[in-house]
Amino acid sequence: MARYILRRLIAMPFLVLGIVTLAFLLTTVTKGDPLTAIVSDRQMNDPEAVAAAKARWGLDRSLPERYLIYVGNLLSGDLGTSFITRRPVAQDVLFRLPATLELVIAAMLVGTTIGITLGVLAAYFHNTGIDHLARFFALFGSSIPVFWLGLALLYVFSVKWGILPGPGRIDPRADLPAMVTGFMTIDTLLAGKIRLFFDALWHLILPAFVLGWAVAGTISRLVRANMLEVLDREFILTARAKGAGEFRVVVRHALRNTLVPTLTVIGYSFAYLLTGAILTETVFSWPGMGSYAVDAARGLDMPAIIGVTIVGGVVFLLTNLITDIAYVIANPRVRLG
Amino acid sequence: MTRQPLFAVQDLRVAFARDGEYFEAVRGIGFHVDHGEVLGIVGESGSGKSVGVLAALGLQAKTARVRGSARFQGRELIGMPRHELRQLRGSRIAMIFQDPLSSLNPVMTVGAQIAETILLHNPAVSKKQAMDRAIALLELVAIPQPDRRVAQFPHEFSGGMRQRVMIAMAVANDPDLLIADEPTTALDVTVQAQIMDVLADLQKRLNLGLILITHDLGVLAGHADRVAVVYSGEVVEEAGVDDLFKRPSHPYTRGLIASIPNMLVEKERLFSIDGAPPPLGKLPGGCAFHPRCPQAQAICSETAPVLETFGDHGVACHFGRSA
Amino acid sequence: MTALSITPIRRPSWLTLPLTIGAVIILFWLVVTVLAPVLSPYDPLEMAGRRLQAPSWAHWLGTDALGRDVLSRTLYGAFHSLPIAVIVVALSVAIGATLGAISGFIGGIIGAAIMRLVDVTLSFPPMLLAMAVAASLGPGLENAAVAMVIVWWPVYARLMRAQVLEVREREHVEAAVASGASDSRVLTKHILPLCWTPVLISATMDLGQVILLAASLSFIGLGATPPTPEWGSMISDGAAQFYSWWVALGPGLAILTIVLGFNFIGDGLHDYFDPKSK
Repeated sequence: MARYILRRLIAMPFLVLGIVTLAFLLTTVTKGDPLTAIVSDRQMNDPEAVAAAKARWGLDRSLPERYLIYVGNLLSGDLGTSFITRRPVAQDVLFRLPATLELVIAAMLVGTTIGITLGVLAAYFHNTGIDHLARFFALFGSSIPVFWLGLALLYVFSVKWGILPGPGRIDPRADLPAMVTGFMTIDTLLAGKIRLFFDALWHLILPAFVLGWAVAGTISRLVRANMLEVLDREFILTARAKGAGEFRVVVRHALRNTLVPTLTVIGYSFAYLLTGAILTETVFSWPGMGSYAVDAARGLDMPAIIGVTIVGGVVFLLTNLITDIAYVIANPRVRLG
Repeated sequence: MTRQPLFAVQDLRVAFARDGEYFEAVRGIGFHVDHGEVLGIVGESGSGKSVGVLAALGLQAKTARVRGSARFQGRELIGMPRHELRQLRGSRIAMIFQDPLSSLNPVMTVGAQIAETILLHNPAVSKKQAMDRAIALLELVAIPQPDRRVAQFPHEFSGGMRQRVMIAMAVANDPDLLIADEPTTALDVTVQAQIMDVLADLQKRLNLGLILITHDLGVLAGHADRVAVVYSGEVVEEAGVDDLFKRPSHPYTRGLIASIPNMLVEKERLFSIDGAPPPLGKLPGGCAFHPRCPQAQAICSETAPVLETFGDHGVACHFGRSA
Repeated sequence: MTALSITPIRRPSWLTLPLTIGAVIILFWLVVTVLAPVLSPYDPLEMAGRRLQAPSWAHWLGTDALGRDVLSRTLYGAFHSLPIAVIVVALSVAIGATLGAISGFIGGIIGAAIMRLVDVTLSFPPMLLAMAVAASLGPGLENAAVAMVIVWWPVYARLMRAQVLEVREREHVEAAVASGASDSRVLTKHILPLCWTPVLISATMDLGQVILLAASLSFIGLGATPPTPEWGSMISDGAAQFYSWWVALGPGLAILTIVLGFNFIGDGLHDYFDPKSK
């Protein structure tokens, strides 16, 4: 077990280097001229800006030299400067990361709750109408384009019925609390603004549901398969023979035995949610990393899009690593290939 | 028979749905057991002996249909509301299953599982008290260092020790009836005798009614008072244990007795009954046993024999007495 | 061995239902892909009526901001979705399976290098990497397709390599090697024929995800360019005309049904090959 974890940890830096290398390659293929990945169209006419950028990123040097400079810049936290915001990309990303995390965590809660509930119900009522319905709901969730679902729900709940707020994280007229954690729900509480806290929570519902539905399908499917297996085991009969009620049998005895694989799929879903957040944020004008990436991609803001890609890749790598290690620790009997 | 027996099953039928049709796995089984009495139920696997008993306690698969009567202390269990049945299970009626490893919850400590049984039926008891009682119960079934073992998980126990845990859990609430379904089958031969001794000892001390379900008549020889032989979902012979071994009246029973491994009589190979029990829904006409019966006559494939009682000895065979 | 485990042995017939539903949906869209010009009531690129008309008998799904018939555009959209997805998956399988087979069969430095490239590529969130590649190549459906192939091939490389490694250990392969067959003969005659099934099944199941990814790229403006009737960009038009809900309805339902169709097929195949998880 220790050897496996060690091996994974040793591989990490190399994978990160791989990510950076791939990102660097992206800057070199950009429409044939790497300059366009550093300098925006508007600045192209400004010889001074062009020269400065060339010097900083060593564009007049050879490819290997440029690569070293690029890695060096990254190591000092320099991801380049965004064409659009004109701020360092690293700063932009850090500023927007909490909004994404808040959305992803909320979606995780929604997806996990729905997913586990559906999976348990489907397994318990195996091969009945409830089972088929849960299965269909799950398939639906992984088939529906989130950007369209988001638009549709916004239209219905916000425009038509007016029972849920429109896009954004909070009422735009509101007096925003000071940014401490970057989590709107926590910051409003810290500032003692209870009404704003509920407003922030209110704004979270739709995007969290849209994003959570997709993973609910994956989770429910896995929980169902595991529950089916566990419900067939003899200790379930023992629990019933003890006089335990069905709820207790299902939750305390069966569900607890599916905990490890369930936590694993939740861990992997987290990485998936980070991806899903890209489109959800766009539809809900959610000022996180996802909408930043989309704005960058739309505006061909290469430093920004490549910077976000690197950060996204590293976060993705880390969450998967943590999940894998947690799985091994929780389940030492697992065979490691 | 004016007094109510502790547990009496009559004409119990259990059917399973398959492709929209019902097939009976238990076809009118009947037996009874009293306080302080040990009833052995014997039959091959798939004969319906476990299904019948489980169904009487409301533990059948969801697709099963149960009919007939099963009375416990005079109360009818078939059709009893689920919550009432639940109150009986684990408190008045306890069960032990075949494989103690798969019968224990792998992610709960042994103590927590015993305590759960106590807490479920005694809301007034505190968790601490339940744990103390769990330790005492482990001691009762002769598990060494019970105060340390109580906090361990099932996989840290050996097979025999696990079955002792199951027994401790079963008697936690001082039940009246204990149903042991193949309690020694999954264990090593050397451990089997120990577990049977623990069971027999507790049965006497607690004056339990004990139903011992097994496929091995040999297990019953030293432990049961009466034996019911089940074939293909029916009782084919029922008698006191000595009577049964001395005068087995059903060919199937004789086959079972002949196949008991016996160290005193050296045989070239163990006797076994040819063929296998008929699968669900593929019952032959007449006597269910006739295709495998060495003494089958024409009548056996035409009419099914009914259980006839001579004194205390019942048998369902056309040639029951003469054979 | 409690007798409680008596369960029906024959699988209930509804299990094949997902496969059937999926096949019917995909067949429908295949027909639409081919016959869109015949089926569509209007030209997808021409103004067919007043702008932003709600659905009516003349325009079942209404008209968009340029007065084009949404139904016609949705039907034509199949042509810019299904074939693209098939091409992307086919290319990914071709590249991934080849590299995976090489890595599994030859091993050594080349094999290791291929697998490291696979690891690194799979380290990115797929959507993000596809966006970055598509952005650096510039907008356009072709570039988006290239980006998707770059994101998708490692999946098949990994699968193929695992297959080759597994099949290589089987007895008939050892027998072939012992009887003096050349490496290329062993690979093409004795190993590869046994490796294709899981790769092809996985590829079929992935088609829905690729359609979704392509639409997503177009939605954010990195795939199809106007005025191409592509579903993702049509939904983007719909987002711009937020209060005219019908503009995004057709393409949204189109993506939903076609991806659902592939997911049904995948689900059915999953049942079929892994009955345990039924």
